[in-house]
Amino acid sequence: MTWEIVIGLEVHAQLSTNTKIFSGASTAFGAEPNTQADAVSIALPGVLPVLNKGAVERAIKFGLATGAHIAQRSVFARKNYFYPDLPKGYQISQFDLPVVGQGALTIQVEPLSGNAKPYEKTVRITRAHLEEDAGKSLHGDFHGMTGIDLNRAGTPLLEIVSEPDMCSAAEAVAYAKALHTLVRWIGICDGNMQEGSFRCDVNVSVRKPGAPLGTRREIKNLNSFKFMQQAIDYEVQWQIERLENGGTIHQATILFNPDTGETRAMRSKEDAHDYRYFPDPDLLPLEITEEWIQEIKAKLPELRDARAERYQKEYGLPRYDTLLLTADESIGDYFVSVCEFGPRVYININDKIWRPADPKLCANWIIGEVSAQLNRDGLEMAQCPITPQQLGGMLQRIADGTISNSGAKEVFRTMWAEGGEADAIIEAKGLKQVSDSGAIEALVDEIIAANADKVAEYRSGKDKLFGFFIGLAMKASKGKANPAQLNEILKQKLAG
Amino acid sequence: MINASIKQLSAALAAKHISSVELTQLYLDRIARLNPALNAFITLDAEKSLAQARAADARIAAGKAEALTGIPFAQKDIFCAKGWLTTCGSKMLSNFVSPYDAHVISQFNDAGAVNLGKTNMDEFAMGSSNETSYYGPVKNPWDTARVPGGSSGGTAAAVAARLCAAATGTDTGGSIRQPAALCGISGLKPTYGVCSRYGMIAFASSLDQAGPMGRSAEDLALMLNVMAGFDERDSTSLQRDKEDYARDLAKPLNGLRIGLPKEFFAAGRGSDVAQAVEAAIAEYRKLGASIVPISLPNSKLSVPVYYVLAPAEASSNLSRFDGVRYGYRAPEYTDLADMYEKSRAQGFGAEVQRRIMIGTYVLSHGYYDAYYIKAQRIRRLIAQDFVEAFKQCDVIMGPTSPSTAFKLGEKGDDPVQMYLSDIYTIAVNLAGLPGMSIPCGFGDNSMPVGLQIIGNYFDEARMLNVAHQYQLATDWHSRAPQGL
Repeated sequence: MTWEIVIGLEVHAQLSTNTKIFSGASTAFGAEPNTQADAVSIALPGVLPVLNKGAVERAIKFGLATGAHIAQRSVFARKNYFYPDLPKGYQISQFDLPVVGQGALTIQVEPLSGNAKPYEKTVRITRAHLEEDAGKSLHGDFHGMTGIDLNRAGTPLLEIVSEPDMCSAAEAVAYAKALHTLVRWIGICDGNMQEGSFRCDVNVSVRKPGAPLGTRREIKNLNSFKFMQQAIDYEVQWQIERLENGGTIHQATILFNPDTGETRAMRSKEDAHDYRYFPDPDLLPLEITEEWIQEIKAKLPELRDARAERYQKEYGLPRYDTLLLTADESIGDYFVSVCEFGPRVYININDKIWRPADPKLCANWIIGEVSAQLNRDGLEMAQCPITPQQLGGMLQRIADGTISNSGAKEVFRTMWAEGGEADAIIEAKGLKQVSDSGAIEALVDEIIAANADKVAEYRSGKDKLFGFFIGLAMKASKGKANPAQLNEILKQKLAG
Repeated sequence: MINASIKQLSAALAAKHISSVELTQLYLDRIARLNPALNAFITLDAEKSLAQARAADARIAAGKAEALTGIPFAQKDIFCAKGWLTTCGSKMLSNFVSPYDAHVISQFNDAGAVNLGKTNMDEFAMGSSNETSYYGPVKNPWDTARVPGGSSGGTAAAVAARLCAAATGTDTGGSIRQPAALCGISGLKPTYGVCSRYGMIAFASSLDQAGPMGRSAEDLALMLNVMAGFDERDSTSLQRDKEDYARDLAKPLNGLRIGLPKEFFAAGRGSDVAQAVEAAIAEYRKLGASIVPISLPNSKLSVPVYYVLAPAEASSNLSRFDGVRYGYRAPEYTDLADMYEKSRAQGFGAEVQRRIMIGTYVLSHGYYDAYYIKAQRIRRLIAQDFVEAFKQCDVIMGPTSPSTAFKLGEKGDDPVQMYLSDIYTIAVNLAGLPGMSIPCGFGDNSMPVGLQIIGNYFDEARMLNVAHQYQLATDWHSRAPQGL
């Protein structure tokens, strides 16, 4: 099969302002219908829009974080169409002069199948522009009639448009996730996908390598990464099959049905709207001064790439680890904290100057056990039941040989479920390793004596039996023998 | 009392020669008697008006009166006024009671003025004769067989017939100045951005501007003092220091340079309108002004440019009238598209529908560049003409309208003829400049003629001075229609 997949994304990120983009009405989610619809939201005769500075500030932040050009002058335009949840009969958006120009985002792609290795890729962002959200039509809720809730009407959105730079569902998902991380990282969007704060439209087309771009179909309003992957997989397959059967693709807007896992056309290009864009005469062009940009730049937090590089330098971690630790701001914060409470090396014991002894151990546990357990329980990092202090305490006991790795896993499980400090759990569960060489030697002697035939086999060259002896010794010590010590003693004694 | 100026009324109220309640009642009685023949008002609410009058009397008694306190004004029905039916002259809003006050209305309320009622107007301010109103045409008080002009025709007729002390209008292409001229009163369209558009139902947002209409320049100055000022709810409202528009009224006109654009005089040479305007210019010479011949070469394109841009904006501005949330909804429909189509087909009159169609067309894909973009480019050229002209003169003068009031129905079948009645006023809106009209005589049919005065940006105080000095020297502005 020799098809190339071409994917571009349009993401609508709801900006985290308290009030709407063109009025003072609240943007809080979940209020009773129409309780947050003021005169402007309802589009009463005579009302006028006034731009919310906070929304512009957030757009500028995004532009700075993606290395984009911020337009000194951008223009709000009217996109005209009729729909009951669009109260003015037009949406105020930006058309040919957006506030944020071309930028880029580096993504880490985890291939979804096979043994392919993770890789990095840079996706170009065409533009990002400010616009207002529409209200909601509540179909069938009112005795077969449609209700209109205008609470959401006028909520500020940043529409982020990418170039068609992605060539697999994995890349599309990685880009969406990176963007999702970024908007939360810089605090411009809460990223709540269930509440529609972060919605993705995916443009998909396929072509033979070297051929011009194929006709695209746009999958609208995906609000989960899982659905995005399923929808793209289904759509790509559908397009390829259709083309291979001699059919053609028509430009269309389609919806993904998570229940059936299928996509279906909503409207074709033939009945596409002519939106009759023109500059909104109620709003002056948006002028952004260099001073304002610099002011916002100064307040910008350390961004993901910078932080990943810093972790690489400061903690000597491999690049891959640093990318996982910076997938979210809170993961990195947790890591740094665990290092503080974890095993230490004193550089100057008198002045109590120290550094984390084993950042890699800390990173491994966070990337491994902690992430897996959070995933299983459907929790965010911020909701992690184990504090950095608890985890750090346990890691100290691994480092000083008090517990083995398998013992540590048991401590971790207990901590997760019941809380408590590492030392108390080790004590209560008797997980302390046996590091007394006399005791281990005695144990090994017994095993050698009881398995003379196997010892003979080993000595005649069957090295593989070493594992068999380790197994017996561990069993005899109830898993508490210090593995390193056991290894050494057993090797010595078997050598004879 | 009905011929008294605002200043005189204010003095009479202060001296307790009359109360605001008595004055309001006097006008209400007059309206009850004369309005049936004129149809100048859409909505009257004596109870509300008198309540405001009582509050004004209390304020006067407490010694807290301002210049307009207790004076009864009529408000064009384009301004949203809390608790008042606000129709904009349309069936579409025939059931719309505004839950809020327009900025201009709240300015009058804060000043303690009395709202006497809402005046008739062309539907959504689209018209030059007041014949497009859903509430029927307004009659010109000078001759009820003739139109009062439009779109602020109800206001112009009410002021001319002394049914109120003065009233508000709005001007998108001449809607204050043309009816003022046709009804023999004074009217001022300020610089774009001087009066907030908040709560003023939009026709063409980049052109719409509210302004005062009254019997003298002095009255207009006092009203503008209340109406003007920055409002953060309108992004096109200009942030400027408050000014007293009456401050220069008494200045002599020695040295005033009046620019006469040849384009405003060429077509109508020898007509009755031209004669009256030329007589007024002669009067200004006597007052010490000098004449500068100027040219506005692109002004001839004003009408076509206006009839691209204004309908384009209107087609979008009027989209909110869809029968979904308020206003008229067709009683029967089969589905959503049918509800939109029927509600808008039944709710809007023919002229409004025509302009929505023109506007939709010029904004459509494939036509946008040829019409909208081109018109915007010419609009800048038209404005540039004025910039050049004002290097040579202080004010520009000419006729407000090419003719005096025409007969009802006379131009009803020919929209282009109707559009041409704004040929001298439209360029001012396109440039965003202030313009006014004052009475300067009568035509062959004994109908009033208006003199247009165009000023430079923010030069309202000077224009009012220029008008006031003329009104001190002549009495055209104090002539009243007889035989009502």
